[in-house]
Amino acid sequence: MRLLVISALPLLVALAVLTVPAFRGRRVPVALLAAVALAHLALVTSLWITPEPPTLGGWLAVDPLGLTVLTLTSVLFLVTVIYAVGYLRHEKPGSGRVFAGCLLAFLTAASVVALAQHLAMVWVGMEATTLAVAPLIFLRRDRRSLEATWKYLVISSVGIALALLGTFFLASAQGDGAGHPLLLPDLIEHARELHPAWLRAAFLFLLVGFGTKMGLAPMHTWKPDTYGEAPSLVSALMAGALTSCAFLGVARVTEVVMAAGLGPFAQPVLIAFGLLSLAVAAAFIIGQGDVKRLLAYSSVEHMGLLVLGLGLGGVGAYGSMLHLVNNGLSKGWVFLITGNIVLATGSSTAAGNRGLVRTLPVSAALLVLGLFAVTGSPPFGTFMSEFTILRAAIEAGHPWLAAVMLLLLAISFVGMAALVLGMALGEPEPGTLRVRESPWLVAGPIALAAIVLMLGVYVPGPLHDVLARAAAALGGTGP
Amino acid sequence: MTPTGLVALVVLGATAPVVPGIVVKTKSLLTGRRGAPVLQLYYDLWKLFRKGSVYSRTTTWVFRAGPVIVLASLIVATLFLPLDGRAAPARFAGDVVAFAGLLALGRFALVLAGLDTGSSFEGMGASREVMIATFAEPTLFLCFIALVLATGDLSLSGMLGTPLAAAWPRAGASLSLVGISLFVLLLAENCRVPVDDPATHLELTMIHEVIVLDHGGPDLALILYGSSLKLALFGVLVVSVLVPRAGLPGPAAVAVLFAGVGVVAIAVGIVESVMARLRLTRVPQLLVGAAALALFGIILQVQ
Amino acid sequence: MHSTAQLILLLVVLSDLAILGTTRLSSCIRGLAAQGLLLGLLPLLIASRLSVHAVGLAVGTVIVKAVVLPWFLAWAIREAAVRREVEPIVGFIASQLLGALAVALAFAIASRLPLPTVQQPLLVPVSLATLMIGFIVLTTRRKALTQVVGYLILENGIYLFGLTQTERVPFLIELGVLLDVFVGVFIMGIVVFHINREFDSLDATRLTELTD
Repeated sequence: MRLLVISALPLLVALAVLTVPAFRGRRVPVALLAAVALAHLALVTSLWITPEPPTLGGWLAVDPLGLTVLTLTSVLFLVTVIYAVGYLRHEKPGSGRVFAGCLLAFLTAASVVALAQHLAMVWVGMEATTLAVAPLIFLRRDRRSLEATWKYLVISSVGIALALLGTFFLASAQGDGAGHPLLLPDLIEHARELHPAWLRAAFLFLLVGFGTKMGLAPMHTWKPDTYGEAPSLVSALMAGALTSCAFLGVARVTEVVMAAGLGPFAQPVLIAFGLLSLAVAAAFIIGQGDVKRLLAYSSVEHMGLLVLGLGLGGVGAYGSMLHLVNNGLSKGWVFLITGNIVLATGSSTAAGNRGLVRTLPVSAALLVLGLFAVTGSPPFGTFMSEFTILRAAIEAGHPWLAAVMLLLLAISFVGMAALVLGMALGEPEPGTLRVRESPWLVAGPIALAAIVLMLGVYVPGPLHDVLARAAAALGGTGP
Repeated sequence: MTPTGLVALVVLGATAPVVPGIVVKTKSLLTGRRGAPVLQLYYDLWKLFRKGSVYSRTTTWVFRAGPVIVLASLIVATLFLPLDGRAAPARFAGDVVAFAGLLALGRFALVLAGLDTGSSFEGMGASREVMIATFAEPTLFLCFIALVLATGDLSLSGMLGTPLAAAWPRAGASLSLVGISLFVLLLAENCRVPVDDPATHLELTMIHEVIVLDHGGPDLALILYGSSLKLALFGVLVVSVLVPRAGLPGPAAVAVLFAGVGVVAIAVGIVESVMARLRLTRVPQLLVGAAALALFGIILQVQ
Repeated sequence: MHSTAQLILLLVVLSDLAILGTTRLSSCIRGLAAQGLLLGLLPLLIASRLSVHAVGLAVGTVIVKAVVLPWFLAWAIREAAVRREVEPIVGFIASQLLGALAVALAFAIASRLPLPTVQQPLLVPVSLATLMIGFIVLTTRRKALTQVVGYLILENGIYLFGLTQTERVPFLIELGVLLDVFVGVFIMGIVVFHINREFDSLDATRLTELTD
């Protein structure tokens, strides 16, 4: 019952917002959004306390992987809505109901992806997230955001089409005897009976398809444009929640493939994509002039890390899961802060921002801390997760891989630090005043920063439990 | 070589000029005119044969030999076709290549004769004609390959005769595609719309017409008769592929063949009335499309 | 039933090649509508027995793919006043040859994969061929609307493959698929208009402002 409410509530409210005439006009119903976000988070938290049996004939169920992504999405959504209270005082979207409706639709779609056990339902949810987010990218309605939205739609649509084909291949692999078609528990249970040729093809297509949504290289080309042109809170949601949902798609098929014993086939592919993403990201981070595009490439890098951890196996799977949480929260935090900067100075480039420590002290501080978090420096949680993945590389017998990883991460750190520190420090333009930073705009990021900081030092018991079980399902082990 | 076959050959030779007449009549009727009589070409040939010839001083024996070679090659090519649905007067393994080669020889002689006049118009027409041929020849061979795969026989008599009838139930789809491709080739090789407009007299738009611009009298008669024979030949090809006649008794098969050629002529007339001539740069695309169809036919047989 | 289905599948490939070779956008859309109609007939011919599911799927497919989407695209053409596709990035002749090559490749690949348990052996190669040709159209054409057409052909190819599983994967999913395609194209169409208005052309190769 709770699962249905979690999935359907935001959608119903979205439909209400889009159709009821009372919501016409440019005002965004933020109170309503906040209410839904709180209810959603409350229900999700309750899932941690008391488990819920599968509903809809096993199509919706809570498993460790899904629970992680669901919680992450819910938290990020709430934080984004709180941030929106302050943001919308300065920037008003063209149509308030479309803005709210799309956000809520996104929440539903993401919840469906996290909870669905039927792989075709996962796919439907994933496509729905693409469609829900597209109007949000286009919010400013100018030439550049139009171009970004177009590229996003074309590339994502092709990716999602390939993912659908992969899903069909998976159904072909199942044949007639292996339990209910495309139902994950059945797929895992009968994994050894699946046709290996179709399963391999399915894995490749699903990896490429969902990888496009994640933003893995070489399917990442939409990311910098999209994250750069979309409003920052949309980018925050996308970088934090949407990519995690897409990773969930990849993780699901990896579960099946590992259970079927095709690990030796799948792992090198995953490692290859991971390393490629790291390399591409590092190459484009150097010399990057726009902080939002920089964060987009950083997102590519972290997606590469996630997939790398998955491919390394062993404790790498746990590392990936932990990194999923850390990365989602950090990206959300840093993008929201970037939103503050853009609101205050009107630009997200290095040229337009200098000496932010003077003009926007709180945001600048959070930005610099965010730099350290996103690049995986201690004491933040991302350091722990990246270190775990490094450990996995060494334990798997690939020390050279660990060395390459470290090198690429270091290059990315240098590139990012150059831009961020350049923006934060130095002398501001003469005549710029200190901007009063609304509490609404910084409360969310501070909360997220606190969580990431805590995760660097101490992973709470229940979370550790869930992550370890998720890692086990992915063919790995706990730390 | 059956008596029916021999008779069919003679009848084909005698009635070839009717085919363009049917095309013109169809076009006229579809556009609301009465049009020239179906037997018009006979009257034209008779008139031309009684005329004298005028030869330009810039031409050589090539110009005089052109029409003769065209007609001769076409007549020899006709000998390879199994008109009664079973066997042709001349046959050997690989006579497909000879058939295509003879058609090419005819075209080559015509083009040379055109170039021989030294006029720029003929030269332009010659180059265009050869460009179209560059795309049409491979397509023709692709069709033949498809037929070889279907029937397993390397001779035209086999490819269009009894083994073809046996292959139809199995490879029907593939053969239909080959038939369509051959129809497009018919339009291309015989200078019909949409490849070339036989009725145009604007120099810059003519292709085939302009090559024969300088021929007159009996030479022109030979060329006109040759064109009608070529149209009939391709009609026979299309009908043979699409309508397997090996099961019918000899005279019936021949009758069906001639009826089929008439239907093909009507179809050409309809196509000419419905479509306009393509821009020259689009003609290769059309032929590549026909080649793709033939290729698809081949793929269907191989898999 | 068996040979009719085979004939329809062959016509699908022919429609792919036709769309690949045409320059007029209205011909592309007509080809797409024809393809939608053919695709709609297939569930009725492939199903081992005529179930409500098969009929529903057929009707739904015909309505969406053969009526609604082509009508919407035709409206898009009128609004954007686009008539012809310009020379594609690889050239028309080359793309048609690529298409023929794609068909050959599809048949070659399909003969290596263990076929799903369905009695129609042409379904897998034709779906792969349609997929590849859709991809070719999507990547080599310049006009945004033709790219949308290419994407729809891609989706048709996936639909064809899905037909091999139609007896086992339930109704809900096929509905979801069609709905998503519909909404996706709808949104793409609206974006296309804005592209036309902003850039005064539907040439997607002009979308080059955002770059590193």
